[in-house]
Amino acid sequence: MKILVAVKRVIDYNVKVRVKADHSDVDLTNVKMAINPFCEIAVEEAVRLKEKGVATEIVVVSLGTKECQEQIRTALALGADRGIQVETDENPGSLSVAKLLKAIVDEEKPDLVILGKQSIDSDNNQTGQMLAALSGLPQGTFASEVTIEDGKASVTREVDGGLQTVSLSLPAIVTTDLRLNEPRYASLPNIMKAKRKPLDVKTPADLGVEVTSSLNTLKVEPPAERSAGIRVGSVDELIEKLKTEAKVI
Amino acid sequence: MAILVVAEHDNAALGAATLNTVAAARQIGDDVHVLVAGSGCGSVAEAASAVEGVSKVMVVDNAAYEHQLAENVSLLVAELGKGYGHILSAASTSGKNYMPRVAALLDVEQISDIIRVDSADTFARPIYAGNAIATVQSSASVKVVTVRGTGFDPVAANGGSAPVEQLDIAHDAGISSFVSEEMAKSDRPELGAAKIVVSGGRGMGNGENFEILYKLADKLGAAVGASRAAVDAGFVPNDMQVGQTGKIVAPNLYVAIGISGAIQHLAGMKDSKVIVAINKDEEAPIFQVADYGLVADLFEAVPELESKL
Repeated sequence: MKILVAVKRVIDYNVKVRVKADHSDVDLTNVKMAINPFCEIAVEEAVRLKEKGVATEIVVVSLGTKECQEQIRTALALGADRGIQVETDENPGSLSVAKLLKAIVDEEKPDLVILGKQSIDSDNNQTGQMLAALSGLPQGTFASEVTIEDGKASVTREVDGGLQTVSLSLPAIVTTDLRLNEPRYASLPNIMKAKRKPLDVKTPADLGVEVTSSLNTLKVEPPAERSAGIRVGSVDELIEKLKTEAKVI
Repeated sequence: MAILVVAEHDNAALGAATLNTVAAARQIGDDVHVLVAGSGCGSVAEAASAVEGVSKVMVVDNAAYEHQLAENVSLLVAELGKGYGHILSAASTSGKNYMPRVAALLDVEQISDIIRVDSADTFARPIYAGNAIATVQSSASVKVVTVRGTGFDPVAANGGSAPVEQLDIAHDAGISSFVSEEMAKSDRPELGAAKIVVSGGRGMGNGENFEILYKLADKLGAAVGASRAAVDAGFVPNDMQVGQTGKIVAPNLYVAIGISGAIQHLAGMKDSKVIVAINKDEEAPIFQVADYGLVADLFEAVPELESKL
């Protein structure tokens, strides 16, 4: 079976985010960028399914400017077979991304699409579900375990208060949660090999999708700063403060 | 135009997060309808009808909605939601599962995880794990919105008496089915909903030592969390993780014990109303966000705290 994995280029999760002085956005100049951590888990899961003999081909797709080819190459180094970049200049909204991915799904006809549950920049947690709805496919979101057998995907999901397992007919959409797996590091030979793997570039026009958004960001501000409070000298003083000053116990 | 709130429930009880969602809806407008989609969910509908500020409850009782499968629920919500100006749900794992599907079916963007309502079309939401707050304006015909409960004080669960309307709409997409669920059996409150959270970090040393935190938590009626460092070290399971890559919490009281305060952890708890830090390293960054800091050996301070409460 064929697996399509979508990856996003985002700020590295170790970088402290700073808001621009004009409050138009966060400042991404000279900031280290990386593959979104949840997307990396998606790539790893696809590679493991291929190693188990369940999958035969892994196609990785990313949407964005030319720079996102770096993240596609990362995925290729981890074990994906070929890449597709959809060239978009602006930062497209989730619905447009889902429409572009649907067009790729229509072309590639994968049996399984794996995406991260959310990107750590916009934190929307929408794209996989929207892709599933537009394609009329079932979804297993926030997956912590994925098993493919008898033409179905069994997906264990991280839900509030526990785990839920659902059975999905294929093709299906899966979005990853943290516990699904621990991604490997790419080896140097694989990084070299990845440079020669095929990478196609397409435009939204090629896919017949118009990139628009009904959402307009008016401003981006830093969150209210917390200032350091006081030091207490003893457990007794702490209990006293919590009871009489903070009134939380 | 009226506002549709999709109720959070388990077919037996109305989820508390619904009260926060109704509170957000009331800030948008006065005509708030609640949809209860489930199976054998009559008691939930009754509870929804009693919620303050709700003007109508719609119940759709059908086996297809028993487990809130997104494929089925989204078809129902998209059909019923067409005539509304806004469709709201809690930003729970359930709401996050079906709402983007609803938005896609209605061909509109979704506004995720709002923490503030500025006007009927303008909302604030955290991005970059809460390290920035974006104010966004939507021109969509129907605004599909998920609500972060910690951003809105709940409305009262009682006092209302909205009429309840039974609807018979069955949508079974037939592409997914429920297999099983395994809910954590704990007498402690759920991490995301707890009023008090006690968390341990690498300073706990090992998993057995978390026992002193469980004791403290039980005294306080608190949930227990952990830092990523404690999870990575194998002390406790990942579902206890608070932080950028784990759960985001904002309780009335957050007690960070043996936690240094890495950025990833702060992202998950810094909106808590009161933060207490107990750490023997007085230079630990956690003290920069703590309202009350106690520099002490946690293995002495925590049992003492527990015994004196």
